[in-house]
Amino acid sequence: MSQTAANRSFIAVIGDEDTVTGLLLAGTGHLTEDKKKNFLVVDNKSSVDDIEAAFDDFTATRKDIAVLLINQHIAEKIRYKLDGYTNAFPAVLEIPSKDHPYDPEKDSVLRRVRRLFGE
Amino acid sequence: MSGAANREAVFPTRMTLTLMKGKLKGATVGHSLLKRKSEALTGRFREITRRIDEAKRKMGRVMQVAAFSLAEVTYATGDSIGYQVQESAKSARFRVRAKQENVSGVMLPAFEAYYNEENNDFKLTGLGRGGQQVQKAKEVYSKAVETLIELASLQTAFVILDEVIKVTNRRVNAIEHVIIPRTENTIKYINNELDELEREEFYRLKKVQDKKQRDAAALDAEMAATKAAQAALEAEEGLTASALSAPEDLTADHDEDIIF
Repeated sequence: MSQTAANRSFIAVIGDEDTVTGLLLAGTGHLTEDKKKNFLVVDNKSSVDDIEAAFDDFTATRKDIAVLLINQHIAEKIRYKLDGYTNAFPAVLEIPSKDHPYDPEKDSVLRRVRRLFGE
Repeated sequence: MSGAANREAVFPTRMTLTLMKGKLKGATVGHSLLKRKSEALTGRFREITRRIDEAKRKMGRVMQVAAFSLAEVTYATGDSIGYQVQESAKSARFRVRAKQENVSGVMLPAFEAYYNEENNDFKLTGLGRGGQQVQKAKEVYSKAVETLIELASLQTAFVILDEVIKVTNRRVNAIEHVIIPRTENTIKYINNELDELEREEFYRLKKVQDKKQRDAAALDAEMAATKAAQAALEAEEGLTASALSAPEDLTADHDEDIIF
């Protein structure tokens, strides 16, 4: 709760190529001074370890990320991490991708909503 | 929970009683205030969850449209521009700023999107073919990201509110089920002790009075006895004296020899 939100201004993306391309076109891409990207393209060859490392990097290590967008089918691969993630900053948001339509049943936050209201 | 054990370790005096009464009053006021805060937050919380639900559905549609426009780009440019775009991304044009909103003393963040218009990393993208589609995809995706940002702020507010409500409810419950009963027990205990002391004092006084009365009675009796004894003594003395001084009245005795 006490984490400061003041310095967080970037939107990080973990997603498949199309999603990342689209979001980069919108202008969310950013390179830090030491050439670190704020996005990760995940394809069939990417390992779960890579995704986890990127997730940890964006949520824990870096302090300039305000929102982390992650494709839902990729979120599924590291679901246990998302379910355990409760920090307010950065906000982790699951988004649909081109090939995988959005399924509210899988969303960590929506599941919490459902649980709270006893549905 | 209940019983004499569940009270504060205090000395039963009138001062502590006053202190405890003050504490009880404070706890009651605090409880009602916290309860109201919790209710206000819960109301807000419900609204936010409803909006999250809506926004998530909206996001599904928006992202679909966006994906479609990207497909148009791919079609127009002939090959995937993904690699080119990833390489040319240098500095974010689209950024967010966090604002804070105060709901019953809780700071809820709200992200606000803004554009850094000087940056344009994709001047050359789609230069050969499909520039118009690229432009359109940029616009559509910008709109989509705006929606996503809105959703992100809702979600952050949700997470924070969830935590705050939990803390507040825990406090309300602690006051209701621990602090108030314990203070009440303490007050009861002090009252009992004070009553007990009072009864003891009363009984003691009664005893003292009783003793005093008995002493007085005994003293009276003794004095009466001495007086009686003295009187008896005096009476006896008087009798003997009168017997000795009888000759004054000689006529009292009848003497046959005296013929008068």
